[in-house]
Amino acid sequence: MKKLITTLLMLMMAVNLFAQGEGSPIADTLAGSEKIYVVVVCVTVILLGLLIFLFSIERRIKKLEKKS
Amino acid sequence: MYKSWWKILGAVLVVYSTIAGFLFTVPPLPILHQSIRNLYFHVPMWFSMITLFSISVYHSIKYLSNNDEVHDLKAVQSINAGILFGILGLVTGSVWARFTWGQAWSFDVKQNFAAIAMLLYFAYLILRNAIDEEQKRAKISAIYNIFAFPMMVVLLFVLPRLSDSLHPGNGGNPGFNAYDLDSHMRMVFYPACAGWIMIGGWIYSILFRVASLEKKKLVSSVTTQK
Repeated sequence: MKKLITTLLMLMMAVNLFAQGEGSPIADTLAGSEKIYVVVVCVTVILLGLLIFLFSIERRIKKLEKKS
Repeated sequence: MYKSWWKILGAVLVVYSTIAGFLFTVPPLPILHQSIRNLYFHVPMWFSMITLFSISVYHSIKYLSNNDEVHDLKAVQSINAGILFGILGLVTGSVWARFTWGQAWSFDVKQNFAAIAMLLYFAYLILRNAIDEEQKRAKISAIYNIFAFPMMVVLLFVLPRLSDSLHPGNGGNPGFNAYDLDSHMRMVFYPACAGWIMIGGWIYSILFRVASLEKKKLVSSVTTQK
């Protein structure tokens, strides 16, 4: 009985799903302007990767300096 | 490794390819549009990763033939630098895929196998950390590295070609060559690859030098304690 009621209750609910809704404004901007901003994001990612590398190497050198 | 002319050359090429990569003309393409310019940034990451892994295999073979621990250190550090480039390649690839294929990770064969190839090399690092005895660690990881390299090549260049993939150069898809024969793009693409490979070599040499200094410090601190 409980199951039946839950099933009925669930049938009464309707959730609208928008597979292709408005999307986030960030995604829209990135896809706009002939997708040039995608390149900007990728270049930034590479730059960040290199900077993270710099910080990690800096930390290791600091440790070396402390020991000496 | 200690000369600086090739580092300057690499820096000049990368700066040139970044500026030219944003400003030079590209052929009009459907779906990709201007994001084809990512070719100058995403693809060289993979090329320098493969170069670094090849350097590592060379040093692993060297280590097995003469048991010099410098070669072991060189092998590990070039793997470390290669992994940095591999991760950058994966991230830039999925950003690019998000806006051209629709999803950041669409479980495309090329994406999956590239991720598995990275896992192969993570396994290498974990394997190294698992063995305490130095010579044993160096020998086992050198052998693993020599076997991992052809596996990586197969995962990246052979298997994706056997099935359909969204990535150019695989499955039924033509490579970028099909439409970038445009000589303007080549003028940027080749210097970009050469430049990033040199930057990769530079990163590897810095990692190696810091690691060998750390090792020297460790050895001297152990001997002074005695």
